[in-house]
Amino acid sequence: MTLQHVIDPAETPGRLVKPGSEPILKATAIEKNFDTNHVLRGCSMTVFPGETVTILGRSGSGKSTFLRCLNFLEEPTAGRVEIDGIVVEAEPLRRRDRAGSAKIRQLRLRAGMVFQEFNLFPHLSVIGNLIEAPIHVKGMGRREATELAERNLAKVGLSDKHDEYPSRLSGGQRQRVAIARALTMEPEVLLFDEPTSALDPSLVGEVLKVMESLAHEGRTMVVVTHEMAFAREAADRVYFMDDGLFVEVGPPEQVIRDPHDERTRTFLARFLQASVLPRG
Amino acid sequence: MSASLAALSANQQLVAEIARARQRRSRRWRAVFLATWLIIILGLVAFILVTVSVDSDFLRKWIPFILVGVPVTLFLAVTSIFFATILAAFGALGRISRNPFLNGIASFYVSFFRGTPLLLQILFIYLALPQAGIVLPAIPTAIVALSLNYGAYMTEVFRSGIEAVPHGQTEAAESLGMTSRTTFRRIIAPQAFRIVTPAVGNDFVAMIKDSSLASVVGVQEILWRAQTAGRPTFQSMQTLLVAAFIYWMLTILFSLFQGRLERRMAAGDQTEGRRA
Repeated sequence: MTLQHVIDPAETPGRLVKPGSEPILKATAIEKNFDTNHVLRGCSMTVFPGETVTILGRSGSGKSTFLRCLNFLEEPTAGRVEIDGIVVEAEPLRRRDRAGSAKIRQLRLRAGMVFQEFNLFPHLSVIGNLIEAPIHVKGMGRREATELAERNLAKVGLSDKHDEYPSRLSGGQRQRVAIARALTMEPEVLLFDEPTSALDPSLVGEVLKVMESLAHEGRTMVVVTHEMAFAREAADRVYFMDDGLFVEVGPPEQVIRDPHDERTRTFLARFLQASVLPRG
Repeated sequence: MSASLAALSANQQLVAEIARARQRRSRRWRAVFLATWLIIILGLVAFILVTVSVDSDFLRKWIPFILVGVPVTLFLAVTSIFFATILAAFGALGRISRNPFLNGIASFYVSFFRGTPLLLQILFIYLALPQAGIVLPAIPTAIVALSLNYGAYMTEVFRSGIEAVPHGQTEAAESLGMTSRTTFRRIIAPQAFRIVTPAVGNDFVAMIKDSSLASVVGVQEILWRAQTAGRPTFQSMQTLLVAAFIYWMLTILFSLFQGRLERRMAAGDQTEGRRA
């Protein structure tokens, strides 16, 4: 099955992509089965340094699974992922040996992940959450890690919560700590898995604001989200997924305002019913 | 304005009255509760006074003898819970291991030592193993048997504690680049430890009582001393009641201690109080 779902990113460059730059993340023909359920049916993605890419699509279309395949939290059934020169191929038939696992860890060091459910470590304070991995994965000194962590905590506006435990933070604050935790590993790419879906509506804004500032700062981000406004304002490109395939890729003004694909159109019509959806 | 003030004070009066009524009810409840205990205890004392003549000279002579067993009992319990915890930690690692060999060893261990009586295990080590040339004195016998037996039970406790840590914790740790070993040591184990602490406390209290089984091989702990003191003159009623009372006090003491420990741990960072 040949699919015309991969648009040459050079033809639809994000706002911040400099001509001639090399992609930082390349996922090629990712497939994923849960038993016989073919969830991802060959998804490819190219992300350039500094780009913010959002993945849109209805629930259950495979967006989160694709994102989790990018850092091998899910082992893809087929395909390969390359981030910042580290290449990992799907190996569904055997358990990975020591070298294979080390390769995946290298990949994960380059791809920080922010989860829907935050997944902060409840037994550690905010600062403890941030410095745990730099110290125990990178072997960084405690003082250096703490300085780095404090800078990132300031970036998400939570310097005053330094010694607080996660259970005493609001959902929005927890998610901002989770973002700071990912940043403290200094990854090349940030992966966001529906970062605002578990939040009270009144708390979504503070998290999106942090994410937007990261986007404007020139961070490379891949964001699975239902926040259409974020996709429209902050994304350089939008990937639209339907039933395990990317059916449309392009700048947000094109994908959201003027989708070519019928499925994208119905999805957006449903989603933006109340708001304006100009059709030319 | 004054009408709303009046309404307010009427409401506050009602609130105060409700609080007083609740206080009265809870005071009455406690009174009945304590009276029940008192009646049961008085009844028991009366029963003893009627059935046996309390020989205070006899008790004065033998209570100290029985009390010497307290440190022995505590030594057995503390040492055995220590080794049982170590065994259980390894057992739990085996039970969650994907290695079929390690998992096989651990699950056999749990199955066998949970599936046979503790008393039999003690007797087996003391009476049967010498036939194989392995001779253990009484106290080591008791410690080995108690450790192995409780270790098997606690293996399952530890395993369920580890599995109770949400999977998202593993995912978060691994997405930060941690190895599975670091993830377990730094993220999973500390949380599992908090989860199982109450259960370990319960096991320790149970161990204090089960250490009395060591009396069958002649370890001179509380029960052995009570039996030895009471049997010759047919006054076991007195000595065994003394022993029961001592065990009871010990378990109450450690339950109180355990409650304090748990509250202190809960007061820290574990509370899932949401302030969204």
